[in-house]
Parts: sequence; structure tokens; C-alpha cells
Amino acid sequence: MNAPVAPLFSPARQREVVAALKAVVPPHCVLFDEEDTRPYECDGLAAYRQLPMVVVLPENEGQVVAILKACHDLKVQIVPRGAGTGLSGGAMPIADGVVVSTAKFNKIVSMDKYSRTAVVQPGVRNLAISEAAAPYGLYYAPDPSSQIACSIGGNVAENSGGVHCLKYGLTVHNVLRVRVVTIEGDVVELGNAGLDAPGLDLLAVFIGSEGMLGIVTEVTVKLVPKPQQARVIMASFDDVVKGGNAVANVIAAGIIPAGLEMMDKTSSRMVEPFVKAGYDIDAEAILLCESDGTNEEVEEEIGRMSEVLNASGATAIAVSQSEAERLRFWSGRKNAFPAAGRISPDYYCMDGTIPRKRLAEVLLGIAKMEGKYGLRCANVFHAGDGNLHPLILFDANLADEFHRAELFGAEILELCVEVGGTITGEHGVGIEKINSMCVQFSPEEREAFFKVKRAFDPAFLLNPDKAIPSLHRCAEYGKMHVQRGQIKFPDLPRF
Amino acid sequence: MTEPLHVFKERIVAATASATPLQIRGGGTKDWYGQELRGEVLDTRPYSGIVDYEPTELVITARCGTPLSEIDAALAANNQVLAFEPPRFGGTSTVGGMVAAGLSGPGRQFSGSVRDFVLGADLMDAQGQILHFGGQVMKNVAGYDVSRLLTGSLGTLGLILQVSLKVLPQPFASSTRVFEVDEANAIRLLNEWGGQPLPVSASAWVNGVLTIRLSGAQAAVDAAQKKLGGTELTNGDDFWRDLREQSHSFFADTAAPLWRISLPSMAQPLPLAGTQLIEWGGAQRWYRGDASAESIRAAAVAAGGHASLYRGGDKRVGVFHPLAPAVAKIHRNLKASFDPSGIFNPGRMYSEF
Repeated sequence: MNAPVAPLFSPARQREVVAALKAVVPPHCVLFDEEDTRPYECDGLAAYRQLPMVVVLPENEGQVVAILKACHDLKVQIVPRGAGTGLSGGAMPIADGVVVSTAKFNKIVSMDKYSRTAVVQPGVRNLAISEAAAPYGLYYAPDPSSQIACSIGGNVAENSGGVHCLKYGLTVHNVLRVRVVTIEGDVVELGNAGLDAPGLDLLAVFIGSEGMLGIVTEVTVKLVPKPQQARVIMASFDDVVKGGNAVANVIAAGIIPAGLEMMDKTSSRMVEPFVKAGYDIDAEAILLCESDGTNEEVEEEIGRMSEVLNASGATAIAVSQSEAERLRFWSGRKNAFPAAGRISPDYYCMDGTIPRKRLAEVLLGIAKMEGKYGLRCANVFHAGDGNLHPLILFDANLADEFHRAELFGAEILELCVEVGGTITGEHGVGIEKINSMCVQFSPEEREAFFKVKRAFDPAFLLNPDKAIPSLHRCAEYGKMHVQRGQIKFPDLPRF
Repeated sequence: MTEPLHVFKERIVAATASATPLQIRGGGTKDWYGQELRGEVLDTRPYSGIVDYEPTELVITARCGTPLSEIDAALAANNQVLAFEPPRFGGTSTVGGMVAAGLSGPGRQFSGSVRDFVLGADLMDAQGQILHFGGQVMKNVAGYDVSRLLTGSLGTLGLILQVSLKVLPQPFASSTRVFEVDEANAIRLLNEWGGQPLPVSASAWVNGVLTIRLSGAQAAVDAAQKKLGGTELTNGDDFWRDLREQSHSFFADTAAPLWRISLPSMAQPLPLAGTQLIEWGGAQRWYRGDASAESIRAAAVAAGGHASLYRGGDKRVGVFHPLAPAVAKIHRNLKASFDPSGIFNPGRMYSEF
């Protein structure tokens, strides 16, 4: 764990930066006393902490431009921050850097029922958009589990998903335009109020860039009609392989469920006493399979999905008969993370994505690692899109447990890459998974990412040292790796 | 490395060394699209074939030179489709060309565009190195989304060698309905319907007739038909194919240039003399007429969008809408770092790079 360290900047440098910022924003927007900057030392990945030299909270776009120009002139590094709910340490500060918080950009600028779009500032919470759109029968589709607190600016930085991605897509599929300030102080618009913009698709590359290419000041999102109805099927399986096959069979039957989630026995036993969702705690796997749409559509689809699940060997099937029951079925899955916190002092959430057909193999691999590292792991799985969240349970107060949890996590990610998947499906690389990037990408590929970064931020001042590891870092990681005597990087067959 | 890759690499390395432009080309069905063609042809077709297709994973991976017809056949055998309905423009178009051009068809309105379905891409860069971006999974946020940046890049950043695409099941049912309605009311109806949970999967308005396609569960299509009315068009599939391939009669008269205008869906009818066809729920407008490039672009900007000279006309006015200076700077930076010698389709998108 990174313990807080002594400041790495001189008081003179801090005074210089504070003075430059106070020249362009009101004094109350600049924080530099330790008691004021302390709340910014970490994001949702609390194990990684660093006190920043300065925090600045601009109140309008003009101030963002001035802040970035000032920081550019002083060559001071910047970490953009939304609501601070990220799970990969993407908003972890830099010791001698400035945190730029978008917290004061919290207004919905406009919402148009007719064109089904909303223009919002980056600090607006994800759920607040759907709440504001509800009177029009519309909502914003991506629903990361932190949606009550996370901001749309952070969603853009991370390309956030949620449990309905297979049918409704990720942030990149639901954002039409972003207005961005570059490190050089240029204000650029990427995307358009329509469906496309001229030139290269810079919007697509900006979304998910983890605050390394620019600071967002405005976002245009797409709103979609609220389905008339949603119902969920809860199915039990006596074998995870059967559960995985059932998912494949649903897809093969030509159905794209609105949500398709799987939990292993450790997870259902973990959540059931906590939320009493009615899960079969003897089942090896619980599948939640949701249909939404018009009443007619849902009825037809639920019938078809039930048939497929039964034919796939489900040991029990229950279809939600009311909205209350639907929410109850979901409550277990949605509370998996808090439930982990209830049965274990700490937990470490991983975020790999795998081709679904390799699920059984990966779960078996994780079970073996439980023995190897002496830690338990509960698995929840966005089965529709292959995104696996192993929750490694540990106690940070016990010597070595966090370290073992980190190694356990890194090995899970290597396994994900080995089976043809990726180290992060929706939480981002941040600082947490930066070493694992050395496993997934070659030096030449990482250099291509740096080319993208330099095109937006030639001076490398925006959230540097996150997401894309340097050659040096990967060399160091490689050495460590061999020393630990773990499996070597698989030299992936590329063609 | 297989034989075609060796050849690609040799040619690219030599081209970079001598700063000699290459014109990356698949079936050549879209040679007319974009700015000027320059350089020696690098034919992608020797590198062909479906590498992986798992219907239950909803992903197909194919090499750049694979004919789209081969993809279509493989998907059809499993009752799946490319939901963005790319135009084929003849039988020889390839997967690489489809992704590089980034053109989507009628399905774009509801299902999304080519880039929305690109999950991963392999690129041969200016040094002949093979780089892998994205992958074969739906959710992937490791590294920047370069595969989507390559989509629609017209080959200006490198040679797209292979792509993985998300595929979707063929809808269980679909029905095409027509309504006699003027342009302004067609735009109003499309936006009103768009805000309701209706399975409208494609739309087109031309000559006072609005045509829509309903797709989904049989019960949903039946219910929507009842609710919306209109009359059934029995050869609906032919209509959407003609629209997609631009073999519809609107596109037949090639005397005047064809412009593609991308607008917010609710934008009012454009005040331009000539004929128009509206697609994508109002968000894509085809204009054929002799209005000046300046007046067309001014009308598009006033309505919140942009205009490109799609086919015909004088390309010296710039095929694609001019970029804002700060956005153009990022484009130049990207081009300079990915293609320092300017060998990949130079000038195909904008004459300055």
C-alpha cells in the first residue's frame, strides 16, 4: 500500500503555483492547506493515496482555459478529477501537481425532449441526468453501479459501462459531443449535435482516455425512451459451465437481453444474508436475465428466454411478477460490492473481460489462485459482455494480505489476457493496472498510444504516468515478475 | 508473418524511406469517395479471410481484404447481421474498406454506426510494424480506443490489417410502412416516434412519402403497426437495399452533385433549391442540387451540423467540411506522428494531410 509520503515540492514552488492560479480564479477556488487538500488524496481506489500540492475548482470554462495555460507555462502536471468514484486510481494526485476538480460544473445546461439529447456540465451526476429526463419518458442508458454519485465527466474519462451494455452500449455509444479544453488552452468540440462530425473520430478516442487528453467542460448525451416494462428471470444452475452455456444459448436463440448477469456460489452466499434477494444459495451459479421493451415484446421475449434456460439445464427458474420483485432479484447483484465489504474487512475488485466461452477455465484458474495466495474470491460476471469482476477478500491489517491481493489480482488479469481478453472492461487502467498494460501491449503499441497523447498534449502534463506505462516502467515490472517466479508473459500468438 | 504481410511490410517500409505515397485499396468500390486519389495502389485483397467467428460471442474477426459478401454469407448462415447495414456498392467491397470509409446504412438510426461495432483492429504502421488495438470483447478500456479512431480514417493513419466487429441477431420480424406526409411533418413525426419505445429501425422521407421499418419481436412489430398506422410496403427489403446501395431513384439523376448533410435530427427542412432525401430519423439529409458549397455549408452549420460533397461535383471546394483550427491541429499532429513521411492515402480526407 502506498503510505502518504512527505511533500515532494518546495514551499516556494507551491507559492508560485498558488499565486499563478489565484491570478486567474477567485481565491476560494484554490486549496493548498493540507486539511483542505486531504479529501483529494485518493479516488474510489483508496489503497493508493497521494496528497496533491494544490487543488483548484474552476467555476467556468474561461477559468479552465486560464488554469491550463498557467499550468502549461509553469510546467506543472495536472490531474483532472470528477466525483472521485473511480476504481483504478485514475484521479490519484501527483505530489507536485495540481488537481483540477470539475465539481462546480454541476448544471444541466439544456434538455430537449424532441431531439432526445441533454447538454450537461461534466460534474453532473450520471443518475441526475436520468432523473431530469424522467418526466419526458427518457433516460440516459449507461448505468455504472456508482451512478448515484459518479459524474458524467468521469464517465467520459473512463468510458463507463454498467449492467445494460450489451443492449444499450457504453459511454462511447451514448455521448454525441464533448467540449474540451486542451493543455494549451484551446477549446475544441469533438463530435456534434448530430450523429457524426467531419474528420477523424476524435470523440471516440477521447472517450476512455482517462483525463490524459483534455478537460471536459460540456457533454451532449443521447437520451433513450424508457421501456414500458422490464422483467427479469432468475435461474439457478448446479454447475457454472451449464450457466455459461445457458448464456451462449440465449444469444444463439437470437435474443439480446437488456441485462445478463451471473454470480458464483461464493457471491450468492455472500449477498443473500445481507439483502435477502431470494437467491438459491446451493446453486453453483445464479443467472439474472432481463428483458425490456413494450409489454408485448417483453412477454414474448421472457417466454423465449425461459424456454432456452430450461433447456440449458436450469435447476430452478423464477420470473419477476412485479417491479418490486424485479428490483429484489437485482438487489443481490447490485449489492455484491457492499456485501463483500460486510463479510471481509477489505476487498479488491478486478475488472477483466474474457471471451465468454472461456469462463469455466478462468473461474477454475481463479479457484486455484485462491489456494496459492491463501485468499478467498467471489465472482460476479456481466455475462452478456464477458466482463468479470472477481472480488478478492482480504484484511489490510494482516501482514502481507494487501500485497498478496495485489499479486492475486495481477495474475487474474494475466489469465484474462492469455484467454484472449483484456485487463479492464470498464474501470480503466489508472495507476492500479498500469503494470498489467505491459502484459497486454507491446512496446510498439504503447508507443502508438503515446503518439495519440502527444497529439493532444505534447508537453505530457495531463495526468501523466497513468493508463499507459513507459518503457522504463515495463522493464522494471518485467524484472520484478521474473524474480517472483510467476508465469511468464505469454508471448501471444498474434497471427 | 504470412506472405501478403511480408509484401505489405516491404512496400510500406520502402514507401516511408522514400516518402512515396501509397493508395490503400480493397475492392475499389469507393474510389469516388473522399478527396483525390494519390500514390501507387496497395491492394489489400491478398490478405483475406475470416479469422474467427463465434456466433454466440457475437463477434466476427476478418482480414482487411475479405469480401463483405463472404462476411454476409457467414453471418446469414447463423441468422446474424452487421446491424449498421454498410453499403456494399457492388460485389467487391471489402471489410477493410468498409471500416476505413466508415459509412453506415439505414440501420445506423437505431443500431449505431460502423465505429460503434468495431471492437478491435490491427494496424500496420508506417514502419511496417503490426499493432493490435482493442480486441474481441464488448467491453475493453485498456489503452486509448485507437480501433475506433481508425474507423472512418480513410486509411490516412496506416493500413488496417484486420478488424473484429460486433454482430447482432437478425430481428425476428420486420415490417415496412409508408405514410404520405410533407417534409416538415415527416421530421416532426420521426422525432416524436424516436422518443417513444417503438421499434423503428430505419426511416426515409422523399417526395412526400415517409417510409419506416419496424423490427423486433413479432408482438412488438404488430403493436407498433397498429399504433402508427400507415400502409404496408410489401417489398420493404428491396426498398431498404436500394436506399443503402443508393440505387433508389432519388440517386439516379447524377447531373447535379450529391451532398451528405449531417444534422441534429430535429433540424427544420433546409432552405436549399434542389431535391432532398432524409434518413436516420432526420439526422442524415441527402441533397442533390446546384447550390454553392458555401451556401450548403452555411445552411448545415446554421442547423447545427456539417456537409460533405459525397459524389460528383467539384472536389476543389473540399469534400469534407472544414475543421475548426484547434481540431485541425490535433489532426495534423496525429498524422505527423502515425505517418511521418505522409505515405498513407495523403490528401484523401483533407488536402493538407
